[in-house]
Amino acid sequence: MPNPDHGPSLQQQRARSAFWFLAPMLIALFCVAAWPLLRTIWFSFTDTTLSNLYGGKWIGFDNYLSIRTLESGRVIYRGTLVDPAWWNAVWNTVRFSVLSVTIETVLGLMVALVLNAEFKGRGLVRAAILIPWAIPTIVSAKMWAWMLNDQFGILNDIMLRLGLITEKIAWTASTETAMTAVLIVDVWKTTPFMALLCLAGLQMIPRDIYEAARVDGIHPVKVFFKVTLPLVRPALMVAVIFRMLDALRIFDLIYVLTPNSAATKTMSIISRENLIDFDKFAYGSAQSTLLFAIIAIFVSLYIWLGKVDLSGGGK
Amino acid sequence: MAQIQLKNLTKAYGAVQVIKGIDLEIRKGEFMVFVGPSGCGKSTLLRLISGLEEITGGDLTFDGERVNNLIPSKRGIAMVFQSYALYPHMKVYDNMAFGMKLAKSGADDIRRRVTDAAKLLQIDHLLDRLPKELSGGQRQRVAIGRAIVRDPRVFLFDEPLSNLDAALRVATRLEIAKLHHSMSGVTMIYVTHDQVEAMTLADRICVLRDGRVEQVGTPAELYEAPNSLFVAGFIGSPKMNFLTGAPAAAHGCTTLGIRSEHITITDAGPLWQGTVVHAEDLGSDNFLFVDIGAGEPLIVRQPGKLAIPYGTRVGLTPQPQHLHRFDAAGLPIR
Repeated sequence: MPNPDHGPSLQQQRARSAFWFLAPMLIALFCVAAWPLLRTIWFSFTDTTLSNLYGGKWIGFDNYLSIRTLESGRVIYRGTLVDPAWWNAVWNTVRFSVLSVTIETVLGLMVALVLNAEFKGRGLVRAAILIPWAIPTIVSAKMWAWMLNDQFGILNDIMLRLGLITEKIAWTASTETAMTAVLIVDVWKTTPFMALLCLAGLQMIPRDIYEAARVDGIHPVKVFFKVTLPLVRPALMVAVIFRMLDALRIFDLIYVLTPNSAATKTMSIISRENLIDFDKFAYGSAQSTLLFAIIAIFVSLYIWLGKVDLSGGGK
Repeated sequence: MAQIQLKNLTKAYGAVQVIKGIDLEIRKGEFMVFVGPSGCGKSTLLRLISGLEEITGGDLTFDGERVNNLIPSKRGIAMVFQSYALYPHMKVYDNMAFGMKLAKSGADDIRRRVTDAAKLLQIDHLLDRLPKELSGGQRQRVAIGRAIVRDPRVFLFDEPLSNLDAALRVATRLEIAKLHHSMSGVTMIYVTHDQVEAMTLADRICVLRDGRVEQVGTPAELYEAPNSLFVAGFIGSPKMNFLTGAPAAAHGCTTLGIRSEHITITDAGPLWQGTVVHAEDLGSDNFLFVDIGAGEPLIVRQPGKLAIPYGTRVGLTPQPQHLHRFDAAGLPIR
């Protein structure tokens, strides 16, 4: 006779059905995220090549750093960690991420403040401002590439006519302006996204406290820094994380706009180059793994620091 | 401390007129209550006085000075909002002091005024807390305290008690009444849809209906001599009994009004005969619902506990001096 008391408890039954609901998701995530990631990490410790994907042998950390002492006594360092091209890419990526996210956050917040005000045609403007973000990156990169073109580009033409420049600038080709060009396009494209996230945060702030501030006669600038900014901060932090994750692994825009400029090569660009173009599959895998690690560290640091600040900054 | 004058004040949103020409004088130090059903324009009127909404037409003067185009902070007002409108990230002290830092008062002066107001409202032990750590009643006190420290000419209250539960509402009502007495000479304007709040707090009540003033007067005046059928029905709980048809015609009017406490149960030659269909025992009073065959049952107030079983036939006689007669337009016949 089965004793009803010996069956699974309600808690166990709930856990079991929860598991079955989660199972498809877990399997899908394993197949498309965990497995490729683990494979890449594995490749980075082998000498795999593109032509022989399954014949790689374990070589330890050599792709990252190998130290060999020659008979003559000379020490030779090799590997990604001593590769100047890699560190140039890291520097480019960090510079691009910090600059673009900063500019986009400030501009996005400004746009959001405008969109948060009530005016006629607000719905239309809100929809219109999203257009740059809705255009596929490849398309907007090509579009901007033409506008930035040194011979026929409209940007050079306008600036020449206005007398802002005396000779045409090779925006995407010149190493001095390539990063600026990439930043311009990225800011143009992604500010709407930031604006939307900021707007969502702004709309969470109750309107009546602004009326209270008006009755109290508090200057709008003070209201912004003492009321709006502290209250929109949590939403802003999340938006910055999203954007930072995106910016650190930027690939498509640069790949189309300035594919071979050392001034704009980022970690994603250089690891793809090694993986595919240079047939250094294992070496590229090592760079991909480092990219993953850097992003993970960066985001953990940001969340950790953000939390410390959140609890301490309650003045 | 201000005398406020509204002259033919109007407010329109596009083609929709919400305030349709209001003339009203609010005296110095008076507690004026705007009351009316939702949508009557009472909150809008308060926001016109505060300056949060722009006046479409007419004149608004404070102590004779036209303030139509003066921004809220220059009018010398303080406002208490229905939703408290506290800054959620600031401690109680900062919430109360935030508006003052601008006024270039000295730091000591700010601290003194905030602590004085906090003591007056018995929230001085809460100054280091955040609004989310307070109860609804405490939050409302902070909101009132924030208004007090500004030392305004006029206090504006926009339904300040409607987010509180019933018990707290009565207690806070008392606090506000005490506050008005202790701050002698401060003009207060208070908006509510609750006529009990209006009756208990007001020096004078302004009943609004559909963007117009229906009647202005002391609570007693409104209760005893309503200027219209609407006011008669709106002021007083339970509602005034209204009779139409033959019983009204017998008194030469279209609608006959009589309050529940002005009907006597009597067997000696009663005016009306009816059956008890329902009773509500409130402990101190007993409300009988008597069906006299005229639509709605009459509500009769019986002091004490007079148990009359349902279905009993009773005779009713109204006190003739308390009969309210209204014509077809809803205006009183006196």
